[in-house]
Amino acid sequence: MSAAVEIVGIGIHPFGRTEGRSGLEQGVLAVRAALADAGVEWRDIQFAYGGSDAAGNPDSMVSHLGLTGVQFINVRNGCATGGSALFSAQMAIRSGEFELGLALGFDKHPRGAFNALPAEYNLPEWYGEAGYMVTTQFFAAKIMRYMHLHGISRRTLGLVAEKAFANGAHAPHAWRREPVALDTILDAPMVSDPFTKFMFCSPGEGAVALVLASERKARQLGAAPIRLAAATMRTRPPGSFEVFAPSIDIGGGTATATRLASAAAFEAAGIGPAEIAVAQLQDTEAGAEIMHMAENGFCPDGAQEEWLAQGRTRIDGTLPVNTDGGCLACGEPIGASGLRQVYENVVQLRGAGGGRQVPGSPRTAYSHVYGAPGVSAVTILQK
Amino acid sequence: MPQPAALFMPEAPLRLMGGRERDSGRIVFPAPAAPAFEPIALSPCGTLWSYTIQRFRPKSPPYAGPEDFTPWALGYVELPGEVIVQARLVDVAFDAIRIGMDLVLTRVALDAQAATPLWLPAFRPAEAAA
Repeated sequence: MSAAVEIVGIGIHPFGRTEGRSGLEQGVLAVRAALADAGVEWRDIQFAYGGSDAAGNPDSMVSHLGLTGVQFINVRNGCATGGSALFSAQMAIRSGEFELGLALGFDKHPRGAFNALPAEYNLPEWYGEAGYMVTTQFFAAKIMRYMHLHGISRRTLGLVAEKAFANGAHAPHAWRREPVALDTILDAPMVSDPFTKFMFCSPGEGAVALVLASERKARQLGAAPIRLAAATMRTRPPGSFEVFAPSIDIGGGTATATRLASAAAFEAAGIGPAEIAVAQLQDTEAGAEIMHMAENGFCPDGAQEEWLAQGRTRIDGTLPVNTDGGCLACGEPIGASGLRQVYENVVQLRGAGGGRQVPGSPRTAYSHVYGAPGVSAVTILQK
Repeated sequence: MPQPAALFMPEAPLRLMGGRERDSGRIVFPAPAAPAFEPIALSPCGTLWSYTIQRFRPKSPPYAGPEDFTPWALGYVELPGEVIVQARLVDVAFDAIRIGMDLVLTRVALDAQAATPLWLPAFRPAEAAA
């Protein structure tokens, strides 16, 4: 890669529900926190890429932050919105066009499951009338197949959720901050087999902002910078199994956008999965984290059963995964979710994780999002 | 509720209507209404590829099933050499569903009380097929 890009400031608005505060206002607070963290002013910011799926146009936040004439580009790319904003922002610096800018995302979704309509996905009306426009069905069917092929037990899904809530208890920005016992998770009402209600995340609210700088600018600011070693975004390959699929190719379901984005990120960073010290992997439900461990190259298919039983993805494990509780504990405001993962990785690399800090001063961190209709974004940070 | 034209072949016996892409031979379901695809009758026999149980009533709209919700099983059924199709699973207890089980095509009314019900593709265990 050409010129290096550093993350010099981070800000977050707590995830969950904040009555009386719009998604955009949450975004503004996250930006102010990130600017303060970086030790810069809004007028120093040369550009911004802002993402929101359902909470309005990000660029309208200039009316809160100041009419400096800043270049501000809106990004709306499904679950890869945050990753796409970050990719675009780092390119703006890498190209030499700018030296200091923002990647930010916020959202505010209504309560309950995402309410999708067939026409938005190029599907016939009967598909929605039949009750198939339900994302949980897809996640459940995908993990059911995976469990069958690779010997993953329901208990392992429960362990993923148990870990998420245990980690979330130590993350001030998390939504669910109470540990939940494994038996409670496994015995809770079933939503879509094999998942109980504790194994799914909920749409929510929240905002994240990251200040990015060129290497030269970062040195000037005197911060302890975190290098953005890779940021990639990919769409689905042939034969993938995605949400809202009336049919799948024979032999399908193995190739994924995640595998493409992950391979590209490792190549860009020049390191492999074994060199990653902490990872944030998309966990919209407990099964996603399991499958994404393998799709991102961290373990072979099926090894998750042993990894979870041994606690290898806990804070004190060999590869801590979703150290702030992930989507399961933080909820999923689409535009902010991928950037939350990067925020958490910066916290971990700074050694500022408090009760959820990964021991041993981690030097590399990985983040991954996946979503409809088959998009994935990955980042690798190094210090 | 009018029956969508593209789910089943127009004449007996009961068959799903798939679409074969003329260039690649790839088969999809339902058949796209596009010249690049030719409609074909899909095999009525398959094996269960994966499944889940829908335990709560989906949001309306778009769901048009009965107000009084009863959980139903939803499967992906592999039709050998053709395609894997999404369909309801019927005539089988939820705890008897197994990936790999042999299935045959049937159909199920979205709302059995409706005057003109929407008929959905469904599969039932092969041994239960009389």
